[in-house]
Amino acid sequence: MMDYFNSEAALTHLMMAGILSLVVIGLYGILTRKNLIKIFLSLGVVETAVNILIVALPYRKGGVAPILTGQGMEGFLDPVPQALVLTSIVIGLAITALGLVMAVKFYQHEGHLNIRKMNGLKR
Amino acid sequence: MLKRILLIVSMVLLALILLPLLEGLGEQTHVSSLAEYYLSSGADDLNSPNLVTSVVVTYRGLDTLGEVTVLFAAAAGIMLAFKGLKMDEKEREKTQGPSELLASGASLLFPILFIFGIYIFTHGHLSPGGGFQGGVVIASAALLLLLSGVIPGVSHLMTSLLEALAGASYVAIGLLGLYLAAGFLDPRFLPRGEWSGIFSAGAIPVIYSLVGIKVGSELSAVLNAMISKGGEK
Repeated sequence: MMDYFNSEAALTHLMMAGILSLVVIGLYGILTRKNLIKIFLSLGVVETAVNILIVALPYRKGGVAPILTGQGMEGFLDPVPQALVLTSIVIGLAITALGLVMAVKFYQHEGHLNIRKMNGLKR
Repeated sequence: MLKRILLIVSMVLLALILLPLLEGLGEQTHVSSLAEYYLSSGADDLNSPNLVTSVVVTYRGLDTLGEVTVLFAAAAGIMLAFKGLKMDEKEREKTQGPSELLASGASLLFPILFIFGIYIFTHGHLSPGGGFQGGVVIASAALLLLLSGVIPGVSHLMTSLLEALAGASYVAIGLLGLYLAAGFLDPRFLPRGEWSGIFSAGAIPVIYSLVGIKVGSELSAVLNAMISKGGEK
């Protein structure tokens, strides 16, 4: 049992469990919450899970960030996913900000944020 | 109750669908051939110690331009949504000014945060960091002043001018690379400089500084709009 906890596989499984549960928690939030702001925050949780997945995929044991500090290139990780995640984080920020502003505008018009009562197009 | 159970079951099924995506996790033994190229010749090509910055600013420079454009579009949308809203004078008078402690603390921290942001984006090619990170630190410095109420708002003229200038210079530098070097956003038309000096790696620090200024002013303007106009009804 202790062997498992000290092994590399334990770290990998922990990471898998973390990513999966973040995705599921985020989607659960998106599907069940009624408050618009909470829905956007849940979207942020899913985004975080995807970012962790992209950074974690190329990781290997003993890998270091690809920044040359005089030690040679031993163990450098793939820089492309890291650059990709930077883009993804910024775009996530843009989406969250725009969504929250839309929520603010909706609140200013209607006085609530409950998506169950958003039936203006049906009436 | 049934609805909730069904939802949980579907969540579990969804997790099972996503499981194969995670299969390669922790099984990598070497980097792909493209990354191999970036790692082995990136430093010789661009003279920048931070290879992630080389990828972000040069090899995938067009992506970064697109990213800046998306951020600009979001900021423009936010400004459009808050257009025309003016905070009531009565409302403004109701909000109390900051206490002595809060005002001094915020004014003391602001220059440190601001300079730290500039440090992060000017050293983007040498150490972890870069334009986006530095810009966000600067915006958080502005947020500190706005939330504590030391300043009533950030000048819209200043932020929009800075943002427009930085964005236009970014594209201009990209075009300069097209004419003076190998292609669009190629930073090698400026001298390589000495290894890990602050003025090295061609135009990479210039591009990242412009991105930092753009992101910082853009996000400051967005925070300003959210704080001064978001509370209106």
